[in-house]
Amino acid sequence: MNEFLLIFRRDFTTKEEQPSPEVLQTSLKAWQDWFGSLAAQNKLARPLQRWDGEGRIVKPNSAVINGPYAEIKESIGGMIVVTAADYDEASEIAKGCPILKLGGNVEIRMAVTPPANK
Amino acid sequence: MEGELLPNLFRTEYRKIVGVLCYLFGIEHIEIAEDIVSDTFLSATELWSVNGLPENPTAWLYTVAKNKTKNHLKRSSLFENKLAPDIKYNAPLSEEIEVDLSVKNISDSQLAMIFAVCHPSISSDSQVALALNLLCGFGVQEIADAFLTNRDVVYKRINRAKERLKEENIRIEQPSTAEINERLGNVLTTIYVLFSEGYYSAGHQNTILRKDLCAEAMRLCYLLVENETTNRPAASALLALMCFHVSRFDARVNESGEMILYQDQDETLWNQELIARGGYFLNKASVGNELSRYHLEAGIAYWHTQKESTIEKWESILQLYNSLLILEYSPIAALNRTYALSMTSGKKVAIAEAEKLDLKTNHFYFSLLGNLYTGIDNQKALQHLETALEISVSGTDKATIIRNIQKLKESM
Repeated sequence: MNEFLLIFRRDFTTKEEQPSPEVLQTSLKAWQDWFGSLAAQNKLARPLQRWDGEGRIVKPNSAVINGPYAEIKESIGGMIVVTAADYDEASEIAKGCPILKLGGNVEIRMAVTPPANK
Repeated sequence: MEGELLPNLFRTEYRKIVGVLCYLFGIEHIEIAEDIVSDTFLSATELWSVNGLPENPTAWLYTVAKNKTKNHLKRSSLFENKLAPDIKYNAPLSEEIEVDLSVKNISDSQLAMIFAVCHPSISSDSQVALALNLLCGFGVQEIADAFLTNRDVVYKRINRAKERLKEENIRIEQPSTAEINERLGNVLTTIYVLFSEGYYSAGHQNTILRKDLCAEAMRLCYLLVENETTNRPAASALLALMCFHVSRFDARVNESGEMILYQDQDETLWNQELIARGGYFLNKASVGNELSRYHLEAGIAYWHTQKESTIEKWESILQLYNSLLILEYSPIAALNRTYALSMTSGKKVAIAEAEKLDLKTNHFYFSLLGNLYTGIDNQKALQHLETALEISVSGTDKATIIRNIQKLKESM
Protein backbone atom coordinates (compact mmCIF):
# COMPACT_ATOMS: atom_id res chain seq x y z
CA MET A 1 0.00 0.00 0.00
CA ASN A 2 1.12 3.54 -0.76
CA GLU A 3 0.11 6.90 0.56
CA PHE A 4 -1.41 9.54 -1.67
CA LEU A 5 -1.90 13.22 -1.04
CA LEU A 6 -5.24 14.45 -2.31
CA ILE A 7 -5.38 18.23 -2.71
CA PHE A 8 -8.78 19.81 -3.22
CA ARG A 9 -8.82 23.05 -5.17
CA ARG A 10 -11.52 25.35 -6.36
CA ASP A 11 -12.15 29.02 -7.02
CA PHE A 12 -12.92 30.51 -3.65
CA THR A 13 -12.54 34.17 -4.73
CA THR A 14 -14.65 34.97 -7.80
CA LYS A 15 -17.94 36.13 -6.35
CA GLU A 16 -20.19 34.72 -9.07
CA GLU A 17 -18.57 31.29 -8.71
CA GLN A 18 -19.55 30.84 -5.05
CA PRO A 19 -22.16 28.21 -4.16
CA SER A 20 -25.39 29.27 -2.47
CA PRO A 21 -25.76 28.70 1.28
CA GLU A 22 -28.12 25.78 0.57
CA VAL A 23 -25.61 24.16 -1.77
CA LEU A 24 -22.88 24.68 0.83
CA GLN A 25 -25.06 23.07 3.50
CA THR A 26 -25.62 20.00 1.31
CA SER A 27 -21.93 19.99 0.49
CA LEU A 28 -21.02 19.99 4.18
CA LYS A 29 -22.92 16.76 4.73
CA ALA A 30 -21.40 15.31 1.56
CA TRP A 31 -17.90 16.04 2.90
CA GLN A 32 -18.72 14.43 6.26
CA ASP A 33 -20.16 11.35 4.58
CA TRP A 34 -17.20 11.10 2.21
CA PHE A 35 -14.66 11.36 5.03
CA GLY A 36 -16.75 8.89 7.05
CA SER A 37 -16.79 6.48 4.13
CA LEU A 38 -13.01 6.67 3.67
CA ALA A 39 -12.49 6.26 7.40
CA ALA A 40 -14.82 3.22 7.41
CA GLN A 41 -12.58 1.67 4.76
CA ASN A 42 -9.60 2.52 6.95
CA LYS A 43 -8.08 4.53 4.13
CA LEU A 44 -7.27 7.74 5.99
CA ALA A 45 -3.52 7.63 6.46
CA ARG A 46 -3.32 10.78 8.61
CA PRO A 47 -5.68 12.58 10.99
CA LEU A 48 -7.82 15.15 9.22
CA GLN A 49 -6.55 18.71 9.35
CA ARG A 50 -8.53 21.82 8.57
CA TRP A 51 -6.70 24.69 6.84
CA ASP A 52 -7.32 28.38 7.17
CA GLY A 53 -8.72 29.92 4.01
CA GLU A 54 -6.71 33.15 4.10
CA GLY A 55 -3.15 32.04 3.53
CA ARG A 56 0.03 33.77 2.43
CA ILE A 57 2.10 33.48 -0.72
CA VAL A 58 5.86 33.94 -0.63
CA LYS A 59 7.35 35.04 -3.99
CA PRO A 60 10.89 34.49 -5.27
CA ASN A 61 11.87 38.06 -4.36
CA SER A 62 10.74 37.28 -0.77
CA ALA A 63 7.64 39.39 -1.19
CA VAL A 64 4.78 38.06 0.95
CA ILE A 65 1.31 38.39 -0.54
CA ASN A 66 -1.87 38.16 1.51
CA GLY A 67 -4.55 35.74 0.57
CA PRO A 68 -4.69 32.80 -1.79
CA TYR A 69 -2.85 32.83 -5.06
CA ALA A 70 -3.51 36.00 -7.00
CA GLU A 71 -2.64 34.88 -10.50
CA ILE A 72 -4.65 31.70 -10.77
CA LYS A 73 -8.16 31.67 -9.45
CA GLU A 74 -8.05 28.33 -7.67
CA SER A 75 -6.78 27.84 -4.18
CA ILE A 76 -6.43 24.89 -1.85
CA GLY A 77 -9.56 24.06 0.09
CA GLY A 78 -8.04 21.15 1.93
CA MET A 79 -5.98 18.03 1.66
CA ILE A 80 -5.96 14.52 3.03
CA VAL A 81 -3.61 11.57 2.87
CA VAL A 82 -5.16 8.23 1.96
CA THR A 83 -3.81 4.72 1.51
CA ALA A 84 -4.27 3.12 -1.89
CA ALA A 85 -2.44 0.54 -3.98
CA ASP A 86 -1.71 2.82 -6.93
CA TYR A 87 -2.77 5.95 -8.82
CA ASP A 88 -5.77 4.12 -10.27
CA GLU A 89 -7.22 3.33 -6.87
CA ALA A 90 -6.40 6.80 -5.56
CA SER A 91 -8.20 8.29 -8.57
CA GLU A 92 -11.24 6.12 -7.86
CA ILE A 93 -11.27 7.48 -4.31
CA ALA A 94 -10.87 11.06 -5.54
CA LYS A 95 -13.87 10.66 -7.88
CA GLY A 96 -16.08 10.64 -4.79
CA CYS A 97 -14.75 13.99 -3.55
CA PRO A 98 -17.53 16.58 -3.11
CA ILE A 99 -15.31 19.41 -4.41
CA LEU A 100 -15.96 18.08 -7.92
CA LYS A 101 -19.64 18.99 -7.54
CA LEU A 102 -18.60 22.57 -6.71
CA GLY A 103 -16.53 22.91 -9.87
CA GLY A 104 -13.24 22.13 -8.18
CA ASN A 105 -10.62 19.49 -8.81
CA VAL A 106 -8.41 17.07 -6.93
CA GLU A 107 -4.68 16.80 -7.44
CA ILE A 108 -3.17 13.46 -6.47
CA ARG A 109 0.46 12.94 -5.48
CA MET A 110 1.94 9.68 -4.32
CA ALA A 111 4.20 9.79 -1.27
CA VAL A 112 7.71 8.57 -2.03
CA THR A 113 10.24 7.41 0.48
CA PRO A 114 13.74 8.73 -0.11
CA PRO A 115 16.22 5.93 -0.82
CA ALA A 116 17.81 4.78 2.42
CA ASN A 117 21.30 6.08 3.12
CA LYS A 118 23.90 3.38 3.22
CA MET B 1 -27.36 -13.96 57.27
CA GLU B 2 -23.59 -13.95 57.72
CA GLY B 3 -23.37 -16.10 54.62
CA GLU B 4 -24.40 -13.11 52.53
CA LEU B 5 -22.88 -10.34 54.58
CA LEU B 6 -19.23 -11.34 54.59
CA PRO B 7 -18.79 -11.76 50.82
CA ASN B 8 -20.55 -8.44 50.31
CA LEU B 9 -18.35 -6.71 52.86
CA PHE B 10 -15.34 -8.34 51.29
CA ARG B 11 -16.31 -6.90 47.93
CA THR B 12 -16.86 -3.37 49.22
CA GLU B 13 -14.36 -3.06 52.07
CA TYR B 14 -11.36 -5.15 51.03
CA ARG B 15 -10.34 -2.75 48.29
CA LYS B 16 -10.89 0.30 50.50
CA ILE B 17 -8.63 -0.91 53.30
CA VAL B 18 -6.00 -2.26 50.89
CA GLY B 19 -6.07 1.08 49.07
CA VAL B 20 -5.61 3.09 52.25
CA LEU B 21 -2.75 0.86 53.45
CA CYS B 22 -0.99 0.99 50.06
CA TYR B 23 -1.41 4.74 50.06
CA LEU B 24 0.26 4.77 53.49
CA PHE B 25 3.00 2.18 52.90
CA GLY B 26 3.84 2.72 49.25
CA ILE B 27 3.78 0.26 46.37
CA GLU B 28 6.79 -1.75 47.54
CA HIS B 29 4.81 -3.12 50.48
CA ILE B 30 1.65 -3.97 48.63
CA GLU B 31 1.73 -7.62 49.80
CA ILE B 32 1.90 -6.56 53.45
CA ALA B 33 -1.21 -4.46 52.91
CA GLU B 34 -3.00 -7.39 51.29
CA ASP B 35 -1.92 -9.79 54.04
CA ILE B 36 -3.19 -7.49 56.79
CA VAL B 37 -6.57 -7.11 55.15
CA SER B 38 -6.92 -10.82 54.33
CA ASP B 39 -6.02 -11.58 57.92
CA THR B 40 -8.68 -9.12 59.10
CA PHE B 41 -11.36 -10.89 57.08
CA LEU B 42 -10.13 -14.26 58.35
CA SER B 43 -10.60 -13.04 61.93
CA ALA B 44 -14.08 -11.82 61.03
CA THR B 45 -15.01 -15.22 59.61
CA GLU B 46 -13.80 -17.00 62.73
CA LEU B 47 -15.10 -14.64 65.39
CA TRP B 48 -18.46 -13.72 63.85
CA SER B 49 -19.46 -17.36 63.43
CA VAL B 50 -18.79 -17.94 67.14
CA ASN B 51 -19.84 -14.64 68.73
CA GLY B 52 -22.43 -13.49 66.24
CA LEU B 53 -22.33 -10.28 64.25
CA PRO B 54 -20.88 -7.12 65.78
CA GLU B 55 -23.19 -4.12 65.92
CA ASN B 56 -21.41 -2.33 63.12
CA PRO B 57 -19.52 -4.89 61.00
CA THR B 58 -17.75 -2.31 58.82
CA ALA B 59 -16.49 -0.34 61.81
CA TRP B 60 -15.37 -3.65 63.37
CA LEU B 61 -13.36 -4.48 60.26
CA TYR B 62 -11.74 -1.03 60.24
CA THR B 63 -10.78 -1.23 63.92
CA VAL B 64 -9.33 -4.70 63.57
CA ALA B 65 -7.44 -3.73 60.42
CA LYS B 66 -6.00 -0.69 62.18
CA ASN B 67 -4.89 -2.78 65.16
CA LYS B 68 -3.39 -5.47 62.97
CA THR B 69 -1.48 -2.80 61.07
CA LYS B 70 -0.10 -1.30 64.28
CA ASN B 71 0.84 -4.73 65.63
CA HIS B 72 2.48 -5.65 62.43
CA LEU B 73 4.47 -2.46 62.34
CA LYS B 74 5.60 -2.85 65.96
CA ARG B 75 6.71 -6.45 65.48
CA SER B 76 8.32 -5.99 62.22
CA SER B 77 11.92 -5.01 61.87
CA LEU B 78 10.85 -3.99 58.41
CA PHE B 79 9.09 -1.07 59.99
CA GLU B 80 12.19 0.28 61.70
CA ASN B 81 14.46 -0.21 58.77
CA LYS B 82 12.31 0.43 55.78
CA LEU B 83 8.79 1.59 56.39
CA ALA B 84 9.32 4.13 59.12
CA PRO B 85 11.39 6.56 57.07
CA ASP B 86 8.85 6.32 54.25
CA ILE B 87 5.87 6.88 56.43
CA LYS B 88 7.54 9.69 58.30
CA TYR B 89 8.25 11.19 54.95
CA ASN B 90 4.67 10.81 53.74
CA ALA B 91 2.65 11.49 56.85
CA PRO B 92 2.81 14.24 59.44
CA LEU B 93 5.13 13.28 62.26
CA SER B 94 3.36 11.64 65.11
CA GLU B 95 4.09 9.04 67.75
CA GLU B 96 1.35 6.71 66.56
CA ILE B 97 0.90 5.73 62.96
CA GLU B 98 -2.64 6.66 62.04
CA VAL B 99 -4.49 4.43 59.62
CA ASP B 100 -6.98 6.93 58.29
CA LEU B 101 -10.13 5.12 57.11
CA SER B 102 -12.22 8.25 56.72
CA VAL B 103 -14.44 8.60 53.67
CA LYS B 104 -12.18 11.26 52.22
CA ASN B 105 -8.96 9.32 52.66
CA ILE B 106 -10.54 6.17 51.25
CA SER B 107 -11.61 8.06 48.17
CA ASP B 108 -8.20 9.80 47.84
CA SER B 109 -6.38 6.51 48.13
CA GLN B 110 -8.65 4.83 45.55
CA LEU B 111 -7.92 7.62 43.11
CA ALA B 112 -4.19 7.40 43.77
CA MET B 113 -4.38 3.64 43.24
CA ILE B 114 -6.19 3.95 39.91
CA PHE B 115 -3.46 6.20 38.58
CA ALA B 116 -0.73 3.87 39.88
CA VAL B 117 -2.39 0.79 38.37
CA CYS B 118 -2.80 2.52 35.01
CA HIS B 119 0.87 3.42 34.76
CA PRO B 120 2.07 3.16 31.15
CA SER B 121 4.79 0.66 32.11
CA ILE B 122 2.15 -2.06 32.62
CA SER B 123 0.44 -3.82 29.73
CA SER B 124 -3.22 -3.10 29.15
CA ASP B 125 -4.32 -6.67 30.04
CA SER B 126 -2.46 -6.45 33.31
CA GLN B 127 -3.90 -3.04 34.11
CA VAL B 128 -7.39 -4.44 33.84
CA ALA B 129 -6.57 -7.53 35.93
CA LEU B 130 -4.79 -5.49 38.57
CA ALA B 131 -7.61 -2.93 38.68
CA LEU B 132 -10.14 -5.70 39.25
CA ASN B 133 -7.98 -7.23 41.95
CA LEU B 134 -6.86 -4.15 43.88
CA LEU B 135 -9.59 -1.64 43.10
CA CYS B 136 -12.66 -3.85 42.81
CA GLY B 137 -11.87 -6.62 45.29
CA PHE B 138 -12.22 -9.39 42.68
CA GLY B 139 -10.49 -12.66 43.52
CA VAL B 140 -8.19 -14.40 41.05
CA GLN B 141 -10.87 -16.97 40.21
CA GLU B 142 -13.49 -14.29 39.47
CA ILE B 143 -11.08 -12.43 37.20
CA ALA B 144 -10.27 -15.71 35.42
CA ASP B 145 -14.03 -16.30 34.95
CA ALA B 146 -14.53 -12.80 33.61
CA PHE B 147 -11.78 -13.17 31.03
CA LEU B 148 -12.48 -16.81 30.23
CA THR B 149 -9.00 -17.83 31.18
CA ASN B 150 -7.49 -19.84 34.01
CA ARG B 151 -6.31 -18.87 37.48
CA ASP B 152 -2.64 -19.35 36.69
CA VAL B 153 -2.70 -16.89 33.84
CA VAL B 154 -4.42 -14.24 35.95
CA TYR B 155 -2.21 -14.94 38.94
CA LYS B 156 0.94 -14.51 36.86
CA ARG B 157 -0.43 -11.43 35.15
CA ILE B 158 -1.20 -9.73 38.46
CA ASN B 159 2.12 -10.63 40.02
CA ARG B 160 4.10 -9.44 37.03
CA ALA B 161 2.21 -6.16 37.13
CA LYS B 162 2.94 -5.72 40.84
CA GLU B 163 6.62 -6.47 40.30
CA ARG B 164 6.68 -3.94 37.51
CA LEU B 165 5.12 -1.26 39.71
CA LYS B 166 7.82 -1.93 42.32
CA GLU B 167 10.65 -1.93 39.79
CA GLU B 168 9.47 1.36 38.38
CA ASN B 169 9.06 2.64 41.92
CA ILE B 170 5.65 4.09 41.13
CA ARG B 171 4.46 6.33 43.93
CA ILE B 172 0.88 5.99 45.11
CA GLU B 173 -0.07 9.60 45.47
CA GLN B 174 -2.56 12.19 44.27
CA PRO B 175 -1.86 12.60 40.58
CA SER B 176 -0.44 15.95 39.49
CA THR B 177 -1.98 17.85 36.58
CA ALA B 178 0.80 16.61 34.33
CA GLU B 179 0.18 13.01 35.39
CA ILE B 180 -3.55 13.40 34.86
CA ASN B 181 -2.92 14.73 31.37
CA GLU B 182 -0.56 11.89 30.63
CA ARG B 183 -2.46 9.01 32.22
CA LEU B 184 -6.16 9.86 32.26
CA GLY B 185 -6.56 8.44 28.76
CA ASN B 186 -5.11 5.16 30.01
CA VAL B 187 -7.33 5.20 33.08
CA LEU B 188 -10.44 5.76 30.96
CA THR B 189 -9.42 2.99 28.56
CA THR B 190 -8.98 0.55 31.45
CA ILE B 191 -12.39 1.48 32.83
CA TYR B 192 -13.93 1.10 29.39
CA VAL B 193 -12.35 -2.32 28.84
CA LEU B 194 -13.66 -3.40 32.24
CA PHE B 195 -17.13 -2.21 31.32
CA SER B 196 -17.10 -3.76 27.85
CA GLU B 197 -16.04 -7.09 29.30
CA GLY B 198 -19.19 -7.04 31.38
CA TYR B 199 -21.47 -5.54 28.77
CA TYR B 200 -20.47 -7.17 25.50
CA SER B 201 -18.56 -10.34 26.20
CA ALA B 202 -20.64 -12.99 24.46
CA GLY B 203 -18.69 -15.84 25.97
CA HIS B 204 -20.19 -16.11 29.40
CA GLN B 205 -23.73 -16.35 30.61
CA ASN B 206 -23.08 -15.32 34.19
CA THR B 207 -25.34 -12.28 34.35
CA ILE B 208 -24.45 -11.40 37.93
CA LEU B 209 -20.74 -11.33 37.18
CA ARG B 210 -21.37 -9.24 34.08
CA LYS B 211 -23.45 -6.74 36.01
CA ASP B 212 -20.75 -6.56 38.69
CA LEU B 213 -18.11 -5.70 36.09
CA CYS B 214 -20.28 -2.93 34.67
CA ALA B 215 -21.09 -1.58 38.13
CA GLU B 216 -17.42 -1.56 39.15
CA ALA B 217 -16.42 0.27 35.97
CA MET B 218 -19.11 2.88 36.62
CA ARG B 219 -18.06 3.25 40.24
CA LEU B 220 -14.43 3.91 39.26
CA CYS B 221 -15.50 6.40 36.62
CA TYR B 222 -17.78 8.12 39.12
CA LEU B 223 -14.79 8.48 41.43
CA LEU B 224 -12.99 10.41 38.67
CA VAL B 225 -16.01 12.60 37.97
CA GLU B 226 -16.46 13.34 41.69
CA ASN B 227 -12.87 14.49 42.09
CA GLU B 228 -12.17 18.08 41.13
CA THR B 229 -8.81 17.41 39.51
CA THR B 230 -9.87 14.43 37.39
CA ASN B 231 -13.33 15.68 36.51
CA ARG B 232 -12.51 16.13 32.82
CA PRO B 233 -15.17 16.19 30.08
CA ALA B 234 -13.97 12.84 28.71
CA ALA B 235 -14.59 11.18 32.11
CA SER B 236 -18.15 12.52 32.23
CA ALA B 237 -18.67 11.40 28.64
CA LEU B 238 -17.53 7.87 29.48
CA LEU B 239 -19.85 7.78 32.48
CA ALA B 240 -22.75 9.00 30.30
CA LEU B 241 -21.96 6.29 27.75
CA MET B 242 -22.04 3.60 30.43
CA CYS B 243 -25.33 4.91 31.91
CA PHE B 244 -27.01 4.80 28.49
CA HIS B 245 -25.77 1.28 27.77
CA VAL B 246 -26.61 -0.14 31.17
CA SER B 247 -30.15 1.26 30.93
CA ARG B 248 -30.88 -1.64 28.54
CA PHE B 249 -29.19 -4.34 30.58
CA ASP B 250 -32.40 -6.09 31.67
CA ALA B 251 -34.15 -5.68 28.34
CA ARG B 252 -31.50 -7.39 26.25
CA VAL B 253 -31.51 -10.85 27.81
CA ASN B 254 -34.52 -13.16 28.05
CA GLU B 255 -35.26 -15.61 30.90
CA SER B 256 -33.13 -18.32 29.35
CA GLY B 257 -30.15 -16.00 29.02
CA GLU B 258 -30.42 -15.46 25.24
CA MET B 259 -29.62 -12.07 23.77
CA ILE B 260 -32.57 -10.03 22.54
CA LEU B 261 -31.68 -7.78 19.63
CA TYR B 262 -32.21 -4.05 19.97
CA GLN B 263 -35.20 -3.82 17.63
CA ASP B 264 -36.98 -6.66 19.46
CA GLN B 265 -36.46 -5.27 22.96
CA ASP B 266 -39.34 -4.27 25.23
CA GLU B 267 -38.51 -0.62 25.81
CA THR B 268 -40.65 -0.45 28.95
CA LEU B 269 -37.79 -2.44 30.50
CA TRP B 270 -35.29 0.30 29.67
CA ASN B 271 -34.24 2.03 32.85
CA GLN B 272 -35.38 5.65 32.47
CA GLU B 273 -33.55 6.79 35.58
CA LEU B 274 -30.21 5.66 34.14
CA ILE B 275 -31.07 7.27 30.81
CA ALA B 276 -31.72 10.54 32.64
CA ARG B 277 -28.42 10.24 34.52
CA GLY B 278 -26.65 9.58 31.24
CA GLY B 279 -28.17 12.77 29.88
CA TYR B 280 -26.98 14.66 32.94
CA PHE B 281 -23.37 13.47 32.55
CA LEU B 282 -23.37 14.01 28.78
CA ASN B 283 -24.42 17.58 29.47
CA LYS B 284 -21.57 17.92 31.95
CA ALA B 285 -19.20 16.53 29.32
CA SER B 286 -20.18 19.22 26.83
CA VAL B 287 -17.89 21.92 28.21
CA GLY B 288 -14.61 23.00 26.67
CA ASN B 289 -13.64 21.97 23.16
CA GLU B 290 -12.35 18.48 23.79
CA LEU B 291 -14.20 15.89 21.71
CA SER B 292 -13.15 12.42 22.79
CA ARG B 293 -14.28 9.09 21.38
CA TYR B 294 -16.37 8.76 24.53
CA HIS B 295 -18.30 11.92 23.62
CA LEU B 296 -19.09 10.48 20.22
CA GLU B 297 -19.95 7.03 21.55
CA ALA B 298 -22.12 8.55 24.28
CA GLY B 299 -23.92 10.55 21.58
CA ILE B 300 -24.57 7.36 19.63
CA ALA B 301 -25.70 5.57 22.79
CA TYR B 302 -28.02 8.49 23.58
CA TRP B 303 -29.77 8.15 20.23
CA HIS B 304 -30.21 4.45 20.89
CA THR B 305 -32.20 5.29 24.01
CA GLN B 306 -34.75 6.84 21.63
CA LYS B 307 -36.61 3.83 20.30
CA GLU B 308 -38.52 5.60 17.57
CA SER B 309 -36.74 5.25 14.23
CA THR B 310 -36.67 8.77 12.79
CA ILE B 311 -34.54 10.27 10.00
CA GLU B 312 -33.12 12.70 12.56
CA LYS B 313 -32.03 9.81 14.77
CA TRP B 314 -30.24 7.89 12.02
CA GLU B 315 -28.73 10.97 10.42
CA SER B 316 -27.29 11.96 13.82
CA ILE B 317 -25.97 8.45 14.41
CA LEU B 318 -24.41 8.40 10.93
CA GLN B 319 -22.58 11.68 11.51
CA LEU B 320 -21.40 10.55 14.95
CA TYR B 321 -20.01 7.34 13.43
CA ASN B 322 -18.36 9.38 10.66
CA SER B 323 -16.61 11.49 13.30
CA LEU B 324 -15.74 8.46 15.42
CA LEU B 325 -14.14 6.67 12.47
CA ILE B 326 -12.20 9.77 11.43
CA LEU B 327 -10.89 9.96 15.01
CA GLU B 328 -10.15 6.24 15.35
CA TYR B 329 -10.84 3.38 12.95
CA SER B 330 -12.41 0.17 14.19
CA PRO B 331 -14.14 -2.57 12.15
CA ILE B 332 -17.23 -2.58 14.37
CA ALA B 333 -17.67 1.21 13.98
CA ALA B 334 -17.25 0.83 10.21
CA LEU B 335 -20.02 -1.81 10.16
CA ASN B 336 -22.33 0.22 12.39
CA ARG B 337 -21.78 3.30 10.25
CA THR B 338 -22.85 1.35 7.19
CA TYR B 339 -26.00 0.17 8.97
CA ALA B 340 -26.83 3.79 9.90
CA LEU B 341 -26.24 4.75 6.26
CA SER B 342 -28.81 2.14 5.18
CA MET B 343 -31.32 3.85 7.47
CA THR B 344 -30.67 7.32 6.00
CA SER B 345 -29.94 6.54 2.36
CA GLY B 346 -31.46 3.13 1.74
CA LYS B 347 -30.10 -0.39 1.44
CA LYS B 348 -28.68 -0.07 -2.07
CA VAL B 349 -26.39 2.82 -1.16
CA ALA B 350 -25.35 0.96 1.98
CA ILE B 351 -24.59 -2.26 0.05
CA ALA B 352 -22.23 -0.36 -2.25
CA GLU B 353 -20.47 1.11 0.79
CA ALA B 354 -20.45 -2.20 2.67
CA GLU B 355 -18.75 -4.00 -0.20
CA LYS B 356 -15.86 -1.55 0.01
CA LEU B 357 -15.19 -2.45 3.64
CA ASP B 358 -13.16 -5.62 3.05
CA LEU B 359 -13.83 -7.24 6.42
CA LYS B 360 -14.11 -10.77 5.11
CA THR B 361 -12.89 -12.45 8.27
CA ASN B 362 -15.53 -10.74 10.42
CA HIS B 363 -18.84 -12.58 10.79
CA PHE B 364 -20.63 -9.30 11.63
CA TYR B 365 -19.66 -8.13 8.14
CA PHE B 366 -21.57 -11.00 6.56
CA SER B 367 -24.48 -10.58 8.96
CA LEU B 368 -24.68 -6.93 7.91
CA LEU B 369 -24.63 -7.87 4.21
CA GLY B 370 -27.32 -10.48 4.96
CA ASN B 371 -29.44 -7.78 6.57
CA LEU B 372 -28.87 -5.30 3.73
CA TYR B 373 -29.66 -7.81 0.97
CA THR B 374 -32.85 -8.96 2.71
CA GLY B 375 -35.74 -7.76 0.56
CA ILE B 376 -33.36 -6.79 -2.25
CA ASP B 377 -31.93 -10.18 -3.13
CA ASN B 378 -32.95 -12.82 -0.60
CA GLN B 379 -30.78 -15.54 -2.15
CA LYS B 380 -27.70 -13.39 -1.67
CA ALA B 381 -28.89 -12.47 1.81
CA LEU B 382 -29.10 -16.15 2.70
CA GLN B 383 -25.62 -16.86 1.31
CA HIS B 384 -24.15 -14.07 3.41
CA LEU B 385 -25.89 -15.24 6.58
CA GLU B 386 -24.63 -18.77 5.96
CA THR B 387 -21.08 -17.47 5.59
CA ALA B 388 -21.57 -15.53 8.84
CA LEU B 389 -22.69 -18.74 10.57
CA GLU B 390 -19.70 -20.62 9.23
CA ILE B 391 -17.06 -18.18 10.45
CA SER B 392 -18.65 -17.17 13.77
CA VAL B 393 -17.22 -18.84 16.84
CA SER B 394 -19.28 -18.18 19.95
CA GLY B 395 -22.51 -20.04 20.67
CA THR B 396 -24.43 -16.81 21.32
CA ASP B 397 -23.43 -15.40 17.92
CA LYS B 398 -24.32 -18.64 16.15
CA ALA B 399 -27.73 -18.74 17.86
CA THR B 400 -28.49 -15.18 16.72
CA ILE B 401 -27.45 -15.92 13.13
CA ILE B 402 -29.50 -19.15 13.04
CA ARG B 403 -32.56 -17.20 14.17
CA ASN B 404 -31.98 -14.64 11.40
CA ILE B 405 -31.62 -17.41 8.82
CA GLN B 406 -34.90 -18.96 9.97
CA LYS B 407 -36.66 -15.60 9.81
CA LEU B 408 -35.35 -15.01 6.31
CA LYS B 409 -36.38 -18.49 5.12
CA GLU B 410 -39.91 -17.99 6.45
CA SER B 411 -40.22 -14.75 4.47
CA MET B 412 -38.91 -16.32 1.25
